[in-house]
Amino acid sequence: MRYERPETIGDATALLASAKGRAFVLAGGTDLLVRMKSDAFEADMVVDIKAVAGMSDISETADGFEIGAAVPCAALGEHAGLVAAWPGVVEAANLIGSTQIQGRCTMSGNLCNASPAADSVPALVAAGARVRIAGPDGTRIVPVEDVPQAPGKTTLKKGEFIAAILLPKPAQRSGDAYLRFTPRTEMDIAVVGVGVQLALDAKGVVETARVALGAVGPKVVLAEQAADTIIGTALDDAALEALAEACSAASNPIDDKRGTAAFRKHVAGVLARRAAKIAYERAGGK
Amino acid sequence: MSFDAEFRNQQFKSVGSRPLRPDGIDKVTGRARYGADFNMPGQLVGRVLRSPHAHARIVRIDTSRAEAVKGVKAVVTAADLPDLTNGDAELLHILDNCMARTKALYDGHAVAAVAAIDAKAAREALKLIEIEYEVLPHVVDVDAAAQSDAPLIDETLFTGGVEPKPAKPSNVANRSEFGHGDVDAGFAQADVIVERSFRTEQAHQGYIEPHACVASCNPDGTADMWVCTQGHFVYRQICADLLGLEVSKLRVTSSEIGGGFGGKTHVWAEPVALALSRKAGRPVKLVMSRDEVFRASGPTSATSIDVKIGARKDGTITAAVAHLRYTNGPYPGMWAELGAMTSFACYDLENVKTVGYEVLVNRPKVAAYRAPSAPMAAFAVESAIDELAGKIGMDPVAFRIRNAAKEGTKSSYGPVYGPIGIGPTLEAAQSHPHMSAPLGPNQGRGMACGFWFNFGGQTCTDLNVNADGTVTLAVGTVDVGGSRASLSLIAAEELGIAYDDVKAVVADTATLGYNDMTDGSRGTFSSSMATISAARNAIDVMRHRAALTWDIPVEDVVWEDGHAKARGENYGNLAPLSVKDIAAESGKTGGPIAGHSELVADGAGVSFATHICDVEVDPETGATRIIRYTVIQDAGKAVHPSYVEGQYQGGAAQGIGWALNEEYIYGEDGRLQNPGFLDYRIPVCSDLPMIDTQILEIPNPNHPYGVRGVGETSIVPPLAAIGNAISNAVGVRMSHIPMSPPRIRAALDGGAGS
Repeated sequence: MRYERPETIGDATALLASAKGRAFVLAGGTDLLVRMKSDAFEADMVVDIKAVAGMSDISETADGFEIGAAVPCAALGEHAGLVAAWPGVVEAANLIGSTQIQGRCTMSGNLCNASPAADSVPALVAAGARVRIAGPDGTRIVPVEDVPQAPGKTTLKKGEFIAAILLPKPAQRSGDAYLRFTPRTEMDIAVVGVGVQLALDAKGVVETARVALGAVGPKVVLAEQAADTIIGTALDDAALEALAEACSAASNPIDDKRGTAAFRKHVAGVLARRAAKIAYERAGGK
Repeated sequence: MSFDAEFRNQQFKSVGSRPLRPDGIDKVTGRARYGADFNMPGQLVGRVLRSPHAHARIVRIDTSRAEAVKGVKAVVTAADLPDLTNGDAELLHILDNCMARTKALYDGHAVAAVAAIDAKAAREALKLIEIEYEVLPHVVDVDAAAQSDAPLIDETLFTGGVEPKPAKPSNVANRSEFGHGDVDAGFAQADVIVERSFRTEQAHQGYIEPHACVASCNPDGTADMWVCTQGHFVYRQICADLLGLEVSKLRVTSSEIGGGFGGKTHVWAEPVALALSRKAGRPVKLVMSRDEVFRASGPTSATSIDVKIGARKDGTITAAVAHLRYTNGPYPGMWAELGAMTSFACYDLENVKTVGYEVLVNRPKVAAYRAPSAPMAAFAVESAIDELAGKIGMDPVAFRIRNAAKEGTKSSYGPVYGPIGIGPTLEAAQSHPHMSAPLGPNQGRGMACGFWFNFGGQTCTDLNVNADGTVTLAVGTVDVGGSRASLSLIAAEELGIAYDDVKAVVADTATLGYNDMTDGSRGTFSSSMATISAARNAIDVMRHRAALTWDIPVEDVVWEDGHAKARGENYGNLAPLSVKDIAAESGKTGGPIAGHSELVADGAGVSFATHICDVEVDPETGATRIIRYTVIQDAGKAVHPSYVEGQYQGGAAQGIGWALNEEYIYGEDGRLQNPGFLDYRIPVCSDLPMIDTQILEIPNPNHPYGVRGVGETSIVPPLAAIGNAISNAVGVRMSHIPMSPPRIRAALDGGAGS
């Protein structure tokens, strides 16, 4: 197995593009290193992107925030501007693993690992985040929800890797929230995760909303019909009930070791209701 | 010299204090050497190949391609571990479990092993071992396996304990029955009867340190092994038997142990490591991965239990019956029997009957887990008792007090009790502030009792007084819970010296006589008895040395407060001699001073506990939080109260995990779905409240200081205490462990507790 630590995006994509066999991008390594210990895992090349310029930076731009692919989740929680703008995204990222894991793990890695249970992904999708993908033919920008394809599979092409996550500037009177269900308080993996982002008009009526569901299908679900149930409402009980029902309906989970399908559908609704209320309060709604 | 173990009440100086443990610094600084921390020159990496099938006949194994891999020094299969068990079925089962002989009996069953110069070569070799399997139908569920049409795990097995002998083989290996009186007559007298079925899923001990050993077979027929174990003498005996070694030629050294809980009382990989080393001619280190630990070592039984209890309106239980079916893995054990013995041990019953059925399934061989088999039986019985108390309108604690066993009670499993602690723990619970604290919305309180036998066993100890008067204590029971500290306190107490002047070590198998392992809560009980005996023997030696120094008859020398004192008016001018004084002169008075002890520590006092638990259940998600937990248990005498409390808290913590989330989950294919800590959910710190403890001390009459074992009983009540608390919180009787969020949600939706 070859280990490479390029210093430019060009070198990194060239290495990945020219790799024979299976090549992997290493950022925090909290998924990859665990997989590498498994007997079933074989890698021909590992490209560590932590030395690539800009990968460890969080920058505030005119359009919002740009989060380098190697920024550990713990650093997100230490960035006051990001916490103020996207508390739901930051909370989601800091639910991953444990305190120690959060010191290494990255949102880009969480996304590329392509687990349907990834905590940061529904929050990013709800926030309308996009990713900048670097590849041999240059860069392209795609919505977060278009990256995962199926469990363990992404839409990235050979030679490509995520260079940064792009979060927009939050709209006025907006808020986001992420809640997940795990049997344990921490060091666990989401049985269901729900991200909600909404913006209010001056009267406190929901103007726009995005709802994303995790761990209820092969990939993150952007539940547009669920979002529609609360748009135009002041998030009254009827709206919350409709949201819960729509989220349960949008869920297409399986029975597995982490929970039953019926349980997941039900809890998706419960968490959507609770997350929406938090987002609504954060947006200034009363 | 005979040893008088009778309890004598006394004021203690060292016993009952809370000094730091001698192994603490090493453990917190990372210097402590655990199983995988031993290394030898030329050591090879051992790896085990495991069956992916739940049940399959091994048609053919071809290791030639694996042997050809560069760096591979040995490949072993069952052919390299010939059957030397000489008709001992139990030993043959251990051998077969270490390396499948004709059939793979569960997902993870070892089928071959390699030793290579590095992990890469070993891994490559594993992939090149060719095995042709004939996959057979499998069964993993306890009730399904007991059916007459279930796939047979052992075609030669006929249910034992049944007359006449059955005509057809069965997965039910044995039936056992306990009790007394006439239960039918008892139920006829009952005003209220509760009858209910319960299930518990299979749990693993979840020790943080995986099994690990280094084995080194020498060309001269001797061998050494360094291993993480709860009992190195027992490992030595079993490994010597399986490999055809003389016991004296196999020297086993136990490492520090990162948790055992019964799971390290059984050999798994050690005979395989020895066979690899023997074949390769080099030392072999074999360390299990977590996946292997889950798939191939350890777990306790999954159970299915029917309970029926009747009582009069005044609260007297008139009859109690339990039928208990326990999975054993693929080999017969006595797990249901232990469940049947412990079921009703807390109560004074006129009519009681328990029947245990040992059920073979295609799951790993069941191993002891902290008070093995008792927690599941207690879950079923204590849940039914709670329901019964509710039906006759009695407080659950008062109902239990009314029926509690006491001194003189004939226990449900036979013996008549001496002085016991069930009544006092219940009375302490009744008056504990926890019992009357207010509860909020969605909260519920539950309580339950538990029993464990405790064990004594063979013990051998050496106590050496060094020239500077400090003492080295060599014990043969592995320290799994702070016993080196406790035994140092005991030696200090008996000799009348300071705790800091005693250093306890766990000796290897070549330097002490045989010791049973640290199981049955026997470590501190039995080794403290042997330590007291050894100390008294050393005191005798020191009295003789003082007599020699003073040139007076030894009968005139007494031992008081750590000093030899001349007794009688003629010796008024003789200043008492301390241990240090006598030790300093030992070279001139007869050489080194030592006390030795070998004994069978009989009279381990039975142990009882009562637990109280408050939970809060989120009715929308089924998530349970333990918000308050109290353990009340009889310790006889708490030698080191902090470590007694640690045992109480540890048992409760493991019980909480088992009650709420831990379970083996098998797929349709019979393969384990969750062999890792991500999906086998033991609790993390933030899942637990501070677990409050209350130590009761009802002296054990058969120990000089009144000590009882304390390690196991604390895991017996939690499943039931939490089950009762959740049932009270949600208003539905929970009957299936673990009470995971999906199960609680389903119970709330459907009204049934599973």
